[in-house]
Amino acid sequence: MEYFLQQLINGLTLGSVYGLIAIGYTMVYGIIGMINFAHGDIFMVGAFVALISFILFALTAIALPVILILVLLISMVFTACYGWTVEKLAYKPLRKSFRLAPLISALGMSIVLQNYVQAAQGARIKTLQPVIQGGFNFFEESEFVVTLSYLQIFIVLVTIVLMAIFTLLITRTALGRAQRACEQDRTMTALMGINVDRTISMTFIIGSSLASVAGMMFVMYYGVIDFYIGFLAGIKAFTAAVLGGIGSIPGAMLGGLLIGLIEVFWSGYISIEYKDIAAFTTLVIVLIFFPTGFLGKPDIEKV
Amino acid sequence: MDKNFLQSSLKDSLFTGLIALALFGPIVGLRTVAVNEALVVQPKWLVVALIVAFCAVGRFFINIYTFKKDQRRGEPSSFGKAISNFLDTKGSQIALGAVIFSIIFPFLPFADRYWMDIAIMMMTYIMLGWGLNIVIGLAGLLDLGYVAFYAVGAYSYALFAIHFGWSFWICLPLAGLFAGMFGILLGFPVLRLRGDYLAIVTLAFGEMIRILLLNWYELTKGPDGLTGIPRPSFFGLPFKRYPDEGVETFHTFFGLEYSPMQRIIFLYYLILILALITNFFTIKIRRLPVGRAWEALREDEIACKSLGVNPRNTKLTAFAVGAMFGGFAGSFFATRQAFISPESFTFIESAIIVAIVVLGGMGSQTGVVLSTIFLIGLIEVFRDFESYRMVAFGGAMVLIMVFRPKGILAKRKPTITMVKEK
Repeated sequence: MEYFLQQLINGLTLGSVYGLIAIGYTMVYGIIGMINFAHGDIFMVGAFVALISFILFALTAIALPVILILVLLISMVFTACYGWTVEKLAYKPLRKSFRLAPLISALGMSIVLQNYVQAAQGARIKTLQPVIQGGFNFFEESEFVVTLSYLQIFIVLVTIVLMAIFTLLITRTALGRAQRACEQDRTMTALMGINVDRTISMTFIIGSSLASVAGMMFVMYYGVIDFYIGFLAGIKAFTAAVLGGIGSIPGAMLGGLLIGLIEVFWSGYISIEYKDIAAFTTLVIVLIFFPTGFLGKPDIEKV
Repeated sequence: MDKNFLQSSLKDSLFTGLIALALFGPIVGLRTVAVNEALVVQPKWLVVALIVAFCAVGRFFINIYTFKKDQRRGEPSSFGKAISNFLDTKGSQIALGAVIFSIIFPFLPFADRYWMDIAIMMMTYIMLGWGLNIVIGLAGLLDLGYVAFYAVGAYSYALFAIHFGWSFWICLPLAGLFAGMFGILLGFPVLRLRGDYLAIVTLAFGEMIRILLLNWYELTKGPDGLTGIPRPSFFGLPFKRYPDEGVETFHTFFGLEYSPMQRIIFLYYLILILALITNFFTIKIRRLPVGRAWEALREDEIACKSLGVNPRNTKLTAFAVGAMFGGFAGSFFATRQAFISPESFTFIESAIIVAIVVLGGMGSQTGVVLSTIFLIGLIEVFRDFESYRMVAFGGAMVLIMVFRPKGILAKRKPTITMVKEK
């Protein structure tokens, strides 16, 4: 029971991270119908920016809460630039091309980003000293002590706050309306006087900044990153997006939590070596048997 | 050139510089280095300044020369068209020339060990490219996990050869068969998926097989890999300097001086023949009903369904045939290296093979050869800069997709069409 509770806490924390990445996949898929394969690497870039800022701020005497907010903002801004540039360079010229062209271009972009970060930052793993320490302990008299660390609380809280802001953005603002309109019919939206290019750019900017937050949490939670983390995290987050129903934003969050739980319980109860197999198996099963996900719209084939 | 134009170009290039600063500032400019187990930041502002200046100035010149020019993307450029036309008209002569060149290649004066190794590697990729071309180019199924079949072929060859001691010529078809069966097994559930989902699922399968190979220690020796895979023999004549007692070797049989090059040249011809078989098979099968069905399915799945083509079975055959050739190439790889480990079958290998097919122009056999020479050559030239070469490689993928989305040789048109081509 205690073990189960601990896994549940870990799973929810991990799930928040995946959920934040999954939003980027689902939004881009919703608006231009492509799988942004480089999104996982954008997340990795975000993690690196956060790591570098943490190291720089550690030299100053700024209070921890301020540092956290600053790092959050810095990694969001810089990573958003990456998302924006990637879209402009690799996807925008291909919007009218055949369906697999953007996917291949995204694959190339993913290779570029990974190896560029490897070249610039070195191939060795980077470790970060724990930023937030301590936590609550439960069941201290039993054999297995359940820990809920402050860091985990922080991660879940930030995710909830960001989700709330983000939901407001999508449902209440002009930008959100424009986005939803673009999802339905891009040509018609353009005729209504909405700048479709800018809306798509904004989608990438928002998706990348959320991914960078996920990256920051990842580096704080695990304390170890390298240039390759984006690949697996990207696949898992994509699975989350499909599981929740691709194109649906609440679905992405739900899917993220589920994937986090599946991964943690699998490695806790079944096999830690085959931990990544769990994610891939889930992906395959979901795509084959359940391609619309929980909250997705069925894909209608038109002649 | 009026003033407004210059002004807006300047503004635009300044903006580009700003973006470049934001992109490269933190990642390139602040390199994290471990000193006494703690990370410190090493500033490298000079490099950043150079990159930013390069981007801004480059953008300025692009602006001046092509600002708001009406660009038509996707159309093959006149140069590409010229090449395509040239290859179409003189195609058979050129192909013949290329085959003759590759046959005499080992005896050319400059063909030393280094060149032979590169040639063998290129041939392997050409064969893989041709095999995958059946799946991507003809049937239009984007398979991002092709390396899985390559791995299955290599491991099944190695296991058969090590445990049963069967010769190369028995294991090779078995490995191909095995890989083909794997293709059917994997393909069966996933082939009804749409293009991009199929791509991701095949990627997942590829990674699953690699993880399985890594962790199934009893069978595959995990990360240690399989060693001592038997080398192929020339119809039973081994390539050894000091053979076992009473065994005739290649050089004694033909009365030659022993040289390690003999084995290399033999391997070269082996992969050449395997690759040519793949090519020949593809050219022939394009004219058979099943080949026609693949192309038709790629062009319009719904129309095919309504004409009574069973999409799943048709796709499955393409998948299985492609996998089989991947398996052949895999067993060649195993016998050449005499050592295989899951390291050789990572996702990046799949990406390279996909890039070869896509950049060459999906469906074009000549394109595969050209893009292999280009890409593997690129990787080889940048050999000493491990990560830069992959940056260049990925960049080439993006650039070619952006400027020539149909590949270097755009030959997507089906072998036959109802309407006469204009």
